Amino acid sequence: METKAKGKLFDHGRLERNVSLLGIAALIVVAIGGIVEIAPLFWIDNTIEKVEGMRPYTPLELAGRNIYIREGCYNCHSQMIRPFRDETERYGHYSLAAESMFDHPFQWGSKRTGPDLARVGGKYSDEWHVQHLKDPRAVVPESIMPTYAFLSERELKPADMRKDLTALNDVGVPYTKDDIAKANDDLKAQADPDADSSDLIKRYPKAQARDFDGNPGKVTEMDALVAYLQMLGTLVDVESARPQETLSKESGQ
Amino acid sequence: MEQLVWKTGGWFALATLAFLAMLGAADFGFAVHMAIVCAAALAVAVLTMRRADYEGIARGWLKMPADQGVYDDDPIRWGVIATVFWGLAGLLAGLYIALQLAFPALNLGLEYTSFGRLRPLHTSAVIFAFGGNALIATSFYVVQRTCRARLAFPALARFVFWGYQLFIVLAATGYLLGITEGREYAEPEWYVDLWLTIVWVAYLLVFGGTVLRRREPHIYVANWFYLSFILTIAMLHIVNNLSMPVSWLGSKSYSAFAGVQDALTQWWYGHNAVGFFLTAGFLAMMYYFVPKQAERPVYSYRLSIIHFWSLIFLYIWAGPHHLHYTALPDWAQTFGMVFSIMLWMPSWGGMINGLMTLNGAWDRIRTDPIIRMMVMALAFYGMSTFEGPMMSVKTVNSLSHYTDWTIGHVHSGALGWNGLITFACLYYLTPRLWKRERLYSLRLVNWHFWLATVGIVLYAASMWVAGIMEGLMWREYGADGYLVYAFSEVVKATFPLYLIRAAGGLLYLTGAVIMAWNIGRTIAGSPLREEKPMNDAAYDAAADRPLIAQPA
Amino acid sequence: MSYDELRQFADSWGLVLMGVSYLTFVGWHFLPRGRERSDEAARAIFEQEEADHG
Repeated sequence: METKAKGKLFDHGRLERNVSLLGIAALIVVAIGGIVEIAPLFWIDNTIEKVEGMRPYTPLELAGRNIYIREGCYNCHSQMIRPFRDETERYGHYSLAAESMFDHPFQWGSKRTGPDLARVGGKYSDEWHVQHLKDPRAVVPESIMPTYAFLSERELKPADMRKDLTALNDVGVPYTKDDIAKANDDLKAQADPDADSSDLIKRYPKAQARDFDGNPGKVTEMDALVAYLQMLGTLVDVESARPQETLSKESGQ
Repeated sequence: MEQLVWKTGGWFALATLAFLAMLGAADFGFAVHMAIVCAAALAVAVLTMRRADYEGIARGWLKMPADQGVYDDDPIRWGVIATVFWGLAGLLAGLYIALQLAFPALNLGLEYTSFGRLRPLHTSAVIFAFGGNALIATSFYVVQRTCRARLAFPALARFVFWGYQLFIVLAATGYLLGITEGREYAEPEWYVDLWLTIVWVAYLLVFGGTVLRRREPHIYVANWFYLSFILTIAMLHIVNNLSMPVSWLGSKSYSAFAGVQDALTQWWYGHNAVGFFLTAGFLAMMYYFVPKQAERPVYSYRLSIIHFWSLIFLYIWAGPHHLHYTALPDWAQTFGMVFSIMLWMPSWGGMINGLMTLNGAWDRIRTDPIIRMMVMALAFYGMSTFEGPMMSVKTVNSLSHYTDWTIGHVHSGALGWNGLITFACLYYLTPRLWKRERLYSLRLVNWHFWLATVGIVLYAASMWVAGIMEGLMWREYGADGYLVYAFSEVVKATFPLYLIRAAGGLLYLTGAVIMAWNIGRTIAGSPLREEKPMNDAAYDAAADRPLIAQPA
Repeated sequence: MSYDELRQFADSWGLVLMGVSYLTFVGWHFLPRGRERSDEAARAIFEQEEADHG
């Protein structure tokens, strides 16, 4: 059989007898698709069009986001509004790539057991969120969401937010040295109605500083989660971002 | 003796390291995990000392070399038991979270039992614990038989089995404790990922080493699929889990990628976890066990070659269909869609190859419940690999995405294809591995088959209806030009369908419990159940062994 | 590369390419040459029994 194979352009029989060749060939075949699809996203500049208003998360928002991830909210809530009339009317302007440019990891989700949250910020009051998280059915009778009452009892005590910001800085989030040094103070200042938050807001434009959970005496996990929910989708002025988008399309994205 | 000291010393050192890491842990979850690692390492150290052949050492030689005339089946026997155990655990978790969606009070108000934490537990338990153990066990079985050689590196093979169980325990307890990277099917944190990488490399060495030791010039097609599954999962796992730990003594890490890049990397991983874990690996099972049970060679070996290369080439492109109409660039979405549609062809080529193996012996479907299960598995494989490409068409996806249709699709594949083919393989393996005449009961296999099939039908049908209903209600406009339904009204409308889904899950779980009973009785060596006979494939224990090189 | 360009390619040459490769594979599958070797490989998993049964 082997002699017959001579002179053939390609002999599959060789692969069937040599496991190293087979493995290497399989790996090459398998790698092609990923390289062609993923690699360009890292070097095509306009994958993520820079958009006015995007900034990294404040330490409190980040802590809230980590709670969002810890509780697995992404299993039922998406953060990605598609450009359909019903979705933009229901949830707001469709999501722009740049809006998740600081999301490590992304939380676009894949299932809407509950509604999309990409632009939930500012739609409801803090009190509504707290009440809803404590007992969803008290405010939405049809809801099937679990209750998260324990969040408002538990004090927010991340080990050291400076380390979190440093790790994020290492993977490309542009936190300044100042941001990192002040991370723990920023965390407290944003949830404390009496603290001076002007420096925080200067470094993190549009940051909302107040007591979120209705319990000013204590910074709880509820404070962090509500702070995160209340900022979702509020950073970018999507109407002004739109001209930039069409611009990038015209220049041949 | 010296080797024994080194070995146990190494395990004790690992236990000590884990203990120190536990003491210095930055968070509670990491401390719990290090305690588990410490306990596991101590257990191995103690076992190593107790199992050591001290008399042999004293006499100057170590324990008798294992009988080279039989296959190394211990890790496979453990694997069969682990597969049954994790299957029951995963299905039970699935049933529970299905009921939570119908009755939210079942979340119990506790963080550890809320849907958000239990859902990853369910998905990982069925995919990685049940599916993974089935893949490891069957691959070790098949590679030995097709290569007619014992497992290379027997100690490493045992490490693969126990190391993989440790991975499962760390991942599962992590989810309950809220330790997660927050990306579906890649939830375990950085140190668990590192551990899995070590186990996986060991797996590749055992598998590849055994193929290298083979006594047949030809590498049977099942092994190609197993090999590509092992290699590709390694590639996907490593790239997708690149992340920056916040502290080397803490559980939290941040993904190396952000936003769009993270999304595409994740779904490149996520879709190919389906493509290579749940498809290529299970096709390997099909290519060995279906012909063996049917007692006739695979329909077309050439078709299997085309099947193999086109499947592994096309699958990897399909990931972006999870991101249609998102902020991912259009061209990538289009690639995802086109390749998903092309994927239909090799998938059906494989299905035809499996089904047509029965060509000329179709009566076996009537007489052999194991064959019947395999055929049903292939039918579901064909159905879900048709449904998948259809759902990846952008217009269909605009309706189906974010709805329960996706959940129904996944389960017709997972319960129908992965579940049934695994059950059939377990039924094939158990009597052979424990040297029993045949299974305790074939009638119970038949019961399992029908319970599972009806369960899947209830599950898939209710989720189709739910998904299409959700999609249509979300986009429904009234004559006044406003959206008709609030989101909460759609949630309310799905309630009866969630009940039907849970009923389907209950039937499927009941079938699996019957299987556990049947397999348990077979392993225990109970006298065969008194029942009307059904046919089964013949088995000759004497022929089930490797070839030994004969001195010339 | 825009969506339209890709779409145009997929609708024309891409379609031809796929059709041709599909037919090539189907044709190759039914080529008589090497059929013996394929059948031998497919039967390999039963050989142990045949050999042992003499």
